Amino acid sequence: MIVAKYRKSELISNYTILTFFALFAFLPILLLIMNSIKPQEEFGINALGFPSDIRWLNFYDAWILGNYARIFLNSLILVAGTLIICLFCSGLAAFSLARLKPKGSSIFLIYLLVGISIPAQMFILPLFLMWKELNLMNTHLGLIIIYSGLNAPFATFLIRSYMVQLPEELFDAAKIDGANTLQLFIKIAIPISWPVFLTTGLVVGLAVWNEFLFALTFMQDEASKPIATILFAFQSRFENNWGLVSASAVMMAAPVAIMFMFFQKKFIAGLTSGASKG
Amino acid sequence: MKLLLSKNFIAWYFIMPALAIHLLVVATPSILSLALCLTDWNGFGKINYIGFENFYELFDDRVFKKAVKHNIIWTIIFLTVPISIALTCAYLLTGIKKFQLIYRLLFFFPYMLASIISCQIWKYMFHPLHGIGAWLSSKGLDWISASPFTLKETSLYAVAMVDGWHFWGFLVVVYITGMYQVDNSLYEAADIEGATKFQKFRFITLPMIRPIFIFTLMIIIIWSIPTFDYIYILTQGGPAYSSEVLATHLYSQAFDRFNVGYSSAIGTLMFVYVIIIVSIFGILQKLGWDI
Repeated sequence: MIVAKYRKSELISNYTILTFFALFAFLPILLLIMNSIKPQEEFGINALGFPSDIRWLNFYDAWILGNYARIFLNSLILVAGTLIICLFCSGLAAFSLARLKPKGSSIFLIYLLVGISIPAQMFILPLFLMWKELNLMNTHLGLIIIYSGLNAPFATFLIRSYMVQLPEELFDAAKIDGANTLQLFIKIAIPISWPVFLTTGLVVGLAVWNEFLFALTFMQDEASKPIATILFAFQSRFENNWGLVSASAVMMAAPVAIMFMFFQKKFIAGLTSGASKG
Repeated sequence: MKLLLSKNFIAWYFIMPALAIHLLVVATPSILSLALCLTDWNGFGKINYIGFENFYELFDDRVFKKAVKHNIIWTIIFLTVPISIALTCAYLLTGIKKFQLIYRLLFFFPYMLASIISCQIWKYMFHPLHGIGAWLSSKGLDWISASPFTLKETSLYAVAMVDGWHFWGFLVVVYITGMYQVDNSLYEAADIEGATKFQKFRFITLPMIRPIFIFTLMIIIIWSIPTFDYIYILTQGGPAYSSEVLATHLYSQAFDRFNVGYSSAIGTLMFVYVIIIVSIFGILQKLGWDI
């Protein structure tokens, strides 16, 4: 679609406005990247400019001082664990809602809609007390269960919207061969629906990687914290060592940026999926 | 046995794992919160039923009133600034061909960053010794001599700016998706009538993307209430409660002072608010508003 044919002078002003906002969005990120390779001495004299002397060692220092081998592993465990549990449970539920449509399933849909809009602050303190009772505090499993529950409604909706569109004939042949419902799910629904599982996985994975509030509350043991809350502590511990702090932030953002380069369309479609359906 | 293996039951078995995990993580503690907001429990000892005492106390709480006010300001800021910038940028983007994708990706990328990273970037940008303030004063302009996060007058707006910086690109992408669904013949007809670009935006684009537009209004109204990360990381609600919002107030009541009943009361109010907003939009939709 072309809204209008612009005259040349108009095009120039359009590009100027857009470039202004693009710089507003990206210059701060560029500054972070430059700071991550800037030697500490330069922060006094050359705070906003390109480093005259590139110091890659900032990354090494941050990695060692922050014990990041351990910390990134923690984040990775949380992401992987959540993806396995959340995608499996949500996939099963979505399959049932889209293909089996049991009596009363519309109640479950309404339940999920209410569930998606409950603010976390409503339940975080009782959940904290429950997790203490259940000895799930400071455990990766405890946080994985929380993340799976929080993301289950979104994941179920997204996967369901894809599975609803699958043609019934796909399942008919397998049914004639005597496949049971679970086999229909594992052998037919999952292999065909992999694009939506990928989209959902990317969005849920990103949410877990970046999550702050629940990680802050439920993981107080230094060695088990994920990168998001470690960075929070790191910022106050090495307040004025901007090179180290920036290098840490770049390391946390790098996997996200790389995944975004490969899957930009899927990320954007997944993250805006609620809105485009109206 | 036969009943338990009936088609309907098997279908429900598939729903069970997701339902169970959500009941455990969200529904059960939410119901507990509804019950605890009527007690004076502090996490230890006996639980006493005190009726609506917590709510009376809340409405006398100076910090609570400030927090409500700040949440309202926050909502108004997000309903105006990011939306108008995003609408402008999305509309301009539909008119250009070259570099369109690059602009879109640049706008969207901050939305992918963790709150902790956005906050760190802007803490540096506003740092009195290193940031733009220092650069301006080296040019003789003392506009930002102290970090706006540490001033009572500006802390809330400065944090809102950072969150808005992270958020507005999301709106651009949402709006542009809607704009591409508009039928091109409408614009051609308007061209024949000699409509200006602004008229086309006002009378074709805006009405055609109305469902998406209303949806973004709704999520902003809902998301502005539990807003937490940016304020907690950048100012912790300070200085002197000048950026305190409901979520940070609740968090300090809950985890610093362990006022279980009191913080549950705040949480319950937030929940009631969200339910009211969602119902209003639901009712408007039933009444035949095209939203």
